[in-house]
Amino acid sequence: MKRLDGKLGALCALPLGLLLAASFLAPLVVIAGFSIMPQRVFDLAHIPDFSAYAVFFRQGYYKSLLWSLGMAFMATTILFILCWPLAYGMAKVFGRFTLFLTIAVAVTLFVSENIRLFGWVVTLMKGGLFDGYLKELTGLRLEGALYNVPITVFGLVYVYFPFMLFPLTQGIAMVPDDARQAAADLGASRWRILWEIDLPLAAPGIMVGSLLCFVLAAGALAESKLLGGQSVIVIASEVETAFSYGQNWPLGSALAMSLILVIGALAITTIARIDLDAIMGRKR
Amino acid sequence: MKTSRAASIALVCYGLLVVAFLYLPIVSVGFASVSKARYLSFPIRSYTLQWYESAVASATVSELVATSLTIAAVVTVLSMVLGFLGGLAFARYQWRYRTLFQKLVLLPIFFPQAVLGLALLVWFNSLGVVPTWKTAIVAHLVWIAPIATLIVAIQAYSFDPMLEEAARDLGASTWQILKELTIPLLMPGVVSAGLFAFLLSWGNFPLSLFTTGADSTLPKWLYAKMVSGYSPQVPALGMLAVASSIALVLIAMTVPSLLRALRAMRADKT
Repeated sequence: MKRLDGKLGALCALPLGLLLAASFLAPLVVIAGFSIMPQRVFDLAHIPDFSAYAVFFRQGYYKSLLWSLGMAFMATTILFILCWPLAYGMAKVFGRFTLFLTIAVAVTLFVSENIRLFGWVVTLMKGGLFDGYLKELTGLRLEGALYNVPITVFGLVYVYFPFMLFPLTQGIAMVPDDARQAAADLGASRWRILWEIDLPLAAPGIMVGSLLCFVLAAGALAESKLLGGQSVIVIASEVETAFSYGQNWPLGSALAMSLILVIGALAITTIARIDLDAIMGRKR
Repeated sequence: MKTSRAASIALVCYGLLVVAFLYLPIVSVGFASVSKARYLSFPIRSYTLQWYESAVASATVSELVATSLTIAAVVTVLSMVLGFLGGLAFARYQWRYRTLFQKLVLLPIFFPQAVLGLALLVWFNSLGVVPTWKTAIVAHLVWIAPIATLIVAIQAYSFDPMLEEAARDLGASTWQILKELTIPLLMPGVVSAGLFAFLLSWGNFPLSLFTTGADSTLPKWLYAKMVSGYSPQVPALGMLAVASSIALVLIAMTVPSLLRALRAMRADKT
């Protein structure tokens, strides 16, 4: 039985494993290879000189990386605070309303993020939905809502909302009611229950949600372009420019690697620490 | 530890507020799509459906829709197969490298799609492959097949391995077990994985942006128009894309209960 399980498991994993090896791991290896090549070459048959990384520091590209990471951190923190009460409601309080919320939030995932961000542009722009009706009704104007850093963070919060909400809900659902009840009976305050029961026991969901939001937001492109109006250039946008207009693959690769190393380290350490079988509902 | 009634009501209101917040930009696009003015400005003075008419009649648009649909259809079929097998390896079978495989499946989901798209573009170029809508299928699969796998895996976790063992003890072959037991039991998971795959591929923008080459999908084309300047066709087309996704979700949600009702009616007759 054991041996058959082992054989079938490996066999079933093979197709997806091959796909990911050939079109996820291999491209990353190629990017890593290009990142140490001399400037402006288009193949890997050169002597590595790491000059692209020197350019990364000398020409201030690291600032873009820091902006991306900083805005991603802001967005993740805000998302955690915004989603926690709702996730708590969905896991512990609401009955049928949870189903409604789940579907309503999940459907937004199927609408391209560029259409939704464009919707915010239409809403917030000069002469847009808010400004237009505000002027009509009160004569006041809504100025300068778009094309700055806060609106870029707002866009990230908006787009990645479901990626925080669903893992958090799953995490809070893992907190046994008995533990909270017992703490309350023993006289623990609301804050103490939150701090010593809810947060630690929901930690896997918190980690997954925060990691997802941070990683995806750090590599996001459309928010800063459509809403932020390039008020700051994010790292993904620098990578795109280096590959397309710049025609400088080693520089683009080094820029991409700087981001990949940060998020890869975070993702791998976090994923290694969580027990997927427990989160996804093994019944044993 | 009951949540007080006031707190419950406050939480429900908060939930409704969040839904309103999530849908507000889509509603704005809806208003913009029926504004007659060539240069959008609120409040809207006169309404029209002409942008929808011109969008539906346009040859470019039908080409975009055809490309997007083809990509989504292929991605759906392949994701269902990969997700079914992957989900079994992820959750059901106890094999040596299972935890490693689980982590490999998760990594592409925890990876920014725009960067993944660019990495694939460099990869295709260094292989000498010219990016077209076919390479976009590969790009979509890297991100969507793992999601499909997770959806099937959730179903596979609730699947009792004793059933398979009992079938084997009764003399069923591996192939028979797969056909008569495993596939029917996992089918709901595989179907929802397919639905997710289709919708995610149809709406995907960051991967398509870099990996379709000269071809274009609907979201990619819309983005190009948004960046290069306003066109009244953009909100109309955006709304059509959104409406088709929502319609598909609604159909997918009502079909199972309709089928059940139909089956119940037939059972009543006999």
